[in-house]
Amino acid sequence: MFSAQSSPFLKSAPSVSKMMLVVILALIPGILTSIFIFGFGVLMNICLAILSAYSFEAAMLLLRKRPVMVYLKDNSALLTAILIGLALPPLAPWWLTVIGVFFAIVISKQLYGGLGYNIFNPAMVAYAILLVSFPAEMTTYWQTPTALISQSEVSNIIPVSLGLLDTINFQFFSQLPNNLTIDALTSATPLDVVRTSTLTGFATISEIQATGTAFGMFGGIGIEWVNLAFLAGGLFILRKGLISWHIPISLLISLGFLSLLFGSFELDSNPSPLFHLFSGATMLGAFFIATDPVTAASSHKGRIIYGAGIGALIYIIRSWGGYPDAIAFSVLIMNMCVPLLDYYTQPRVYGHD
Amino acid sequence: MSLHNTLYKLWPFPGGIKTAGKKELSNQQAINSSKLSRYLSIPLSQHIGSAAEPVVNVGDSVLKGQVLAIAKKDVISAMIHASSSGIVIAIEERLLAHPSGLSSLCIIIETDGYDQWIEHSPEKNIQSLTTKQIISRIGNAGIVGMGGALFPTAPKLTTAVQQTVETLIINAAECEPYITCDDILMQKRPEEIILGILLMKKAVGAKNCLIGIENDKPEACQALINAIQGYDIPHSDAKIEIIQIPARYPAGGEKQLIQVLTGQEVPSGKLPMDLGIICHNVTTAAAVYQAIYCNEPLISRIVTITGGAIKRPQNIEVLIGTPIHNILEQAGLDKEKVEKIILGGPMMGFAVPSVDSPVTKATNCILVSAKGELDSASPAMPCIRCARCTESCPMSLLPQQLYWFAKAHDIEKSQQYHLFDCIECGCCSYVCPSNIPLVQYFRSAKTEILIDRQEHKQSNIARERHEFRLQRLERIKQTKAEASRLRKEKLARKKARDKENDNKTDKNNDLIKEAIARSQAKKTLQQAQKSTPPKATDK
Repeated sequence: MFSAQSSPFLKSAPSVSKMMLVVILALIPGILTSIFIFGFGVLMNICLAILSAYSFEAAMLLLRKRPVMVYLKDNSALLTAILIGLALPPLAPWWLTVIGVFFAIVISKQLYGGLGYNIFNPAMVAYAILLVSFPAEMTTYWQTPTALISQSEVSNIIPVSLGLLDTINFQFFSQLPNNLTIDALTSATPLDVVRTSTLTGFATISEIQATGTAFGMFGGIGIEWVNLAFLAGGLFILRKGLISWHIPISLLISLGFLSLLFGSFELDSNPSPLFHLFSGATMLGAFFIATDPVTAASSHKGRIIYGAGIGALIYIIRSWGGYPDAIAFSVLIMNMCVPLLDYYTQPRVYGHD
Repeated sequence: MSLHNTLYKLWPFPGGIKTAGKKELSNQQAINSSKLSRYLSIPLSQHIGSAAEPVVNVGDSVLKGQVLAIAKKDVISAMIHASSSGIVIAIEERLLAHPSGLSSLCIIIETDGYDQWIEHSPEKNIQSLTTKQIISRIGNAGIVGMGGALFPTAPKLTTAVQQTVETLIINAAECEPYITCDDILMQKRPEEIILGILLMKKAVGAKNCLIGIENDKPEACQALINAIQGYDIPHSDAKIEIIQIPARYPAGGEKQLIQVLTGQEVPSGKLPMDLGIICHNVTTAAAVYQAIYCNEPLISRIVTITGGAIKRPQNIEVLIGTPIHNILEQAGLDKEKVEKIILGGPMMGFAVPSVDSPVTKATNCILVSAKGELDSASPAMPCIRCARCTESCPMSLLPQQLYWFAKAHDIEKSQQYHLFDCIECGCCSYVCPSNIPLVQYFRSAKTEILIDRQEHKQSNIARERHEFRLQRLERIKQTKAEASRLRKEKLARKKARDKENDNKTDKNNDLIKEAIARSQAKKTLQQAQKSTPPKATDK
């Protein structure tokens, strides 16, 4: 009857593994929307990422002499894998995914000490390393959001999309059906279109709008629906208390505010706040990536600064940086600031001035 | 007498948790009395401070209420009384229900079954009692803080009298899940509480009195309100306010209750008294009533017997010293279901090593959980820095940081992050998704630091001693050197004197020599003058 356990003897919190699982469930609407819009490549990316993540995680745990099953069950590798799968271009070749997962799980997580000890968000480390190492593959293999563009009357792109088998064939063996080329399947992402056009002065916002290749109903064409689905999932985990509001809200406000501010100076070369909020990986980043507790700031004030910092960096990199989307770099840069933020935003302790 | 129940402004405290109260298990029944146990084992240390000193011997027969051990003089200590009549059969070390699992000196009484009281009569002249008399009677009755702190009440009141106390706060929050002993006491004996409070209020000279009660105890609250209104309170200027506060653990923590009721924070390292506030528990107030109105010392207390493995959860008035298993049997222990036996509540209590240990003045609840009722120490996972602990901490500490420092045995950092402000309420462990036993880490870190301080102190003493020794040796050396120097000087002086004397002799000798020389020269001259003409010498 005697137990060495000391008080408290009551517990209420969901376990880490359950928390991760609920977050993964909240990703499902976004995943489905992504598959619908970008094709089976998204699904394949996620499956391959999960498979390699579990393999790398298990191998590393064995090498590090840690209990393998205990840590595999924490679902953190699963979540990282899904985030990588979502971040990669839908037609990414298989090795891109595997290399990405390797950097995420082996280098940025396990070599730092495993769950809870990593400084940088593993999925974003993977994305950043792939983007600088394989810029061509990372930017050109975005399948055209066929389902939507085909409905667009102004579009001159012939709608084509790959079936599941063709997708697998392409991802693993780089083979396309006879009558197709990769150019016919893919197109620049809305953020890329806007950035290259406005930076080079090639086209103004209204001119891009006329081509129908970038702007959808409120955000980036195609991707706006994915963002909306991630927003819904994000609000769900927010309501469930799995994440606090501080990071996503400050991130979205800061990004929205900056795009409003600069947009009001030069309307024709700056897309609207709505476009920024519903393009690229904004919602996925705000609710599912920046909120990774391990690598984010932990105090309320710190989280607000952290989120706002990411939002501002996203805007800066999207508008003037060398890459079309900026979630990964913004998150990684703010990861670096976390110790500082946590140190300087400590709450005042009861009974102390 | 005024009552601002709804109008009273309350302040929130940060963090805290909402728990399933589980109070309905035990707060509806009447208070039963414990069956007289054959043996009572009464510990000499049931309070903070020094153990009481026994004044009875083995073989003495004692009466109920008789003093067994007196409070140690000039230190914090409390009186211990016999809970029933019988014979002292032993004074020996017994295992106590204490988290340390250590044993302590106990007086063992074999009861005679008569439960015969020592001669005492109710006090009739309450009005005429002076502050000093009230406090001394409270001291004689062996009353200690019954909310869990166990600080002897008399010295606390004495200190309060020396300072200016504006507000007496009565802690009736009882925020821990399962525990209902205060609740039931308020429901069944509200007059005793109110009269006890008035005595304490008079003793410390407080202007205001606030009773803080969590809003999950409407019956108890109503009973107190009725008692104030219906009872013939002898102090017309008395102002007691009963304030319902939101039920949120740990609202009954002294610091949190003060914050909720007054908006003030007790500065770190200070006492509520420094804010002109003194806090007492409702059960203490009832004990004060017993001590002064009835002249009966603290020999029993109400204990909540509850949990999934208890067939008839209830509150029992138990004689101090009664073995725990006795009252568990009385409440119906379901032996097959038992998982843990916890003294106190599930948030701050501790699992007892033995059910043979006695009920003491501290025992407010015995929680016997059934399997699956409480958390079963699942293995800890790594911290994922989710900061739920920080959000739940009522002291606004950073448990996840403190955890790292505790784990790394970083004594300096732990203190820099205010480890000693931790009240060990357990909220952080309660909300931790990684199952990290944070409070356990903090307790052991505190102990480590205290040991370190002790060692530091001792090494300081040793160092001082060593330095003293060195100084002493140095002094001896210096004295010796001084003596030898003096001796040498003396010698030198003597030598000098001798030399001087020698010189003098030399001088004399010289003079003599000179004189001799002179006289010789004279002689030679005279001889020369005699032999040669003087002109030869002129040239």
